[in-house]
Amino acid sequence: MALDIGFGSLTITFLVTLYAVGAAIYGERNKNDRWIDSARNAMLLTFPLLTISIISIIYLILTNQFQVNYVAHVSSLSMPVYLKITALWGSQAGSLVFWSWLLAAFAAAVMLRKWDNERDLLPWVIIITAGTLAFFLFLNVFFENPFARLWQSVQGVTVSMFAPSGAIPYIPANGQGLNPLLRHPGMIIHPPAQYLGFVSCIIPYAFAMASLITGRKDDNWIYISRRWTLWAWVFLSLGLVLGMRWAYDVLGWGGYWGWDPVEISALLPWLTGTAFLHSVMIQEKRGMFKQWNMVLIILTYDLVIFGTFLTRSGVLSSVHAFSTSAIGPLFFAFIALTLTASLGLLLHRWDDLKSNNELKSFFSREALFLLNNLLFMGVLVTSFWGVIFPLISELVSGQKVTVGPPFYERATAPLLGGLMLLMGVAPLSVWGYSSWKTLGRSIWKPFLASLLTIPVVFYLGIWKPWYAIVAFWMVGFVIAVTVYEFWCGTISRMRRFKENFFVALWKLVTRYRRRYGGYIIHLGMVLMALGIIGIEMFQTDTQGTIDVGEYLQLDEYTMTFDDIAIFDTNDGRYVTRAVVGIFKNDEKVSELYPRRDYFYDARQYVTVPGMRSTLADEFYVILVDLDPITRAIATFKIYHNPLVKWMWVGSWVFIVGFIVTVWPDKKPHTRR
Amino acid sequence: MTEINQFETNPQSGSKAKFIIGGVLIVAAIIYLIASSATANAQYFLTVEETLQKSATGELGDRDLRISGAVIGDTINYNPQTLELSFTIAHVPGSKKELEAEGGLAIALHNAVNDPYRPRLRVVHNGPMPDLLQDEAQAIITGNLEGEVFYADELLLKCPTKYEESIPEQVE
Repeated sequence: MALDIGFGSLTITFLVTLYAVGAAIYGERNKNDRWIDSARNAMLLTFPLLTISIISIIYLILTNQFQVNYVAHVSSLSMPVYLKITALWGSQAGSLVFWSWLLAAFAAAVMLRKWDNERDLLPWVIIITAGTLAFFLFLNVFFENPFARLWQSVQGVTVSMFAPSGAIPYIPANGQGLNPLLRHPGMIIHPPAQYLGFVSCIIPYAFAMASLITGRKDDNWIYISRRWTLWAWVFLSLGLVLGMRWAYDVLGWGGYWGWDPVEISALLPWLTGTAFLHSVMIQEKRGMFKQWNMVLIILTYDLVIFGTFLTRSGVLSSVHAFSTSAIGPLFFAFIALTLTASLGLLLHRWDDLKSNNELKSFFSREALFLLNNLLFMGVLVTSFWGVIFPLISELVSGQKVTVGPPFYERATAPLLGGLMLLMGVAPLSVWGYSSWKTLGRSIWKPFLASLLTIPVVFYLGIWKPWYAIVAFWMVGFVIAVTVYEFWCGTISRMRRFKENFFVALWKLVTRYRRRYGGYIIHLGMVLMALGIIGIEMFQTDTQGTIDVGEYLQLDEYTMTFDDIAIFDTNDGRYVTRAVVGIFKNDEKVSELYPRRDYFYDARQYVTVPGMRSTLADEFYVILVDLDPITRAIATFKIYHNPLVKWMWVGSWVFIVGFIVTVWPDKKPHTRR
Repeated sequence: MTEINQFETNPQSGSKAKFIIGGVLIVAAIIYLIASSATANAQYFLTVEETLQKSATGELGDRDLRISGAVIGDTINYNPQTLELSFTIAHVPGSKKELEAEGGLAIALHNAVNDPYRPRLRVVHNGPMPDLLQDEAQAIITGNLEGEVFYADELLLKCPTKYEESIPEQVE
């Protein structure tokens, strides 16, 4: 029953999106508002319809209906309820429906806005969002159907939506269960955040294309979609951070980022999105880079589709890829089609998007923003090249050649360093005309202050490597510039309006939310950079096999192996848990419980590290193995990760910055 | 506030050429970075059969390699004292076409492990035993070949086979 309702409403939604595209085209052609309104209503309808499908899938999982292939695949009797709900996006078919559902929600929200001034854009926004939605629903209905059932016939068990002739339903006694590695809080929010980020990129793209098609020359699409772009950006960022956190906590290799193709595919739209957020300011302030901004938004859209494609098609070997599947070529065709159409359209309107101004000086704000864009594109091209390198080398030479993390690290490090430096310099530059002298005049104070970082670093006993010192200085520089900006703005308000410090600071930030919110985001980014510098340049590790009562040493830490416990849990795990004491300079600071969980349903081990975290460093211990005979000799791998906590602190700071930026203004246009 | 609109009053101080040259230099630097890093860190992605053939002709040198193969469960040997891990992988075809002809990756891995005539390669790795290292897992290993033994710096493992046991002959 739930199955028929769910599948029925999925199929109907697909038809409704096709209708929306058709009605919008017809209405636009014949200038008939009734058809366009009908298309708009159809778009509004997709959200409740897909909600029914989503509820059906969750219902099927919660009621353990293992005759449904998807349910048997991602769920099992022993899984707790919250994991069963997250199993909705635990595998391919379900996650695609989830993706469509989010897109329908966003599209419906866009449909609900007031369209009085942009009536001409409406049909095109409908066509683009409905077209994208139709593509994903098409995949769901015809290729990756979450409602397909298992059937038993003489040939064996097959998967299909409707009963093959002579087959009876096949109902496994239990499901395989969600991959144990995915049973982690980070995995509950990482995919939705990532998908929200992906999906919200589609809205600005739709407005940009609508603006191109209708031949509008104003920047209206940017103002309308600005908030969407910001939301898209923050969710893409959150998706990345949560993914890193999950990798750090669960995969147990002491790292957070492995330059895996799927990680990169999530990074790519973030890079173009970040570049877009910066360069769009130049279009707003100076009327420049209009064509370039279009390129960026088109790239972001297609990189979102590409990212979904990489995760879902299994074209590249990766821990993320679920399986090889028929949907690969379809994705490829869709990307090729949208990319050519959008770029063709852009070329067609190229002359309408001429700049109103010219670049005048190397040190003007807009030139530095251009440099920022170039560097972001550099990181983008490097990452993209690394991902497709195996495919290209195979095409060219017949030999598959891959590149590993050292490639990405070496090629992107100077670019990321350049971006850090720009984060320090650009906020102090001015629009239009600026020279060495004008820039120097505003920058020398924070620059001198930042030099203090170097003696501090030496004092802490860090003398090498040289690039670490430079990196620490850059962090100090960006922080100094950011604090200086806040300071100058506040002081000038205090003088002008006779306000006290806190009132002045508050008013400064609330009057210029985007600017100071942006600075707070910068601050978050450099704090994250601090964590990355710590773990990338100063991580140490050791490993050893010891008996209960013995110890291991790493840097100033000593880890004693105190006890071991082996037990079953009622959610289907066989747990081996060690108790270790952590001593820092011979003083006990913590007790940790690294463990290994064996999941009976999935027949797989998951290693759960023990961590003792402070702002200065983190002690990270993995229980690698326990001797099955003595049950007292265990192997541990331990890592000492300096500063790594700043990565997570930084991510909280940028969320604060984001909230400041998007907080709605009470009165519109209260500038200055 | 540092944001003073000066651009209306200042004369044009630069020409377009200046920016084009600057842009070209930066783009060239980025291309150089990518190209040099790619040549320094490229790894050949090979099957077990290709590795053995190429090593026989001396084509490989001491290049970094990335090899994909099927883990033979009986050969896994792990010493928790020294963390030395060794196992043997069997040849699995590299191209998608060949894999599909065999009936998919899971079946190809199963065939590879159970076929004693397949080319095989001994792998040695130092480090914790990965959770997914088990019979008929697909191993993607990175490292160097020294003589007949492959010294892996990195192991990536995938297990596509689990599901088939509970539901036989499943069509994906």
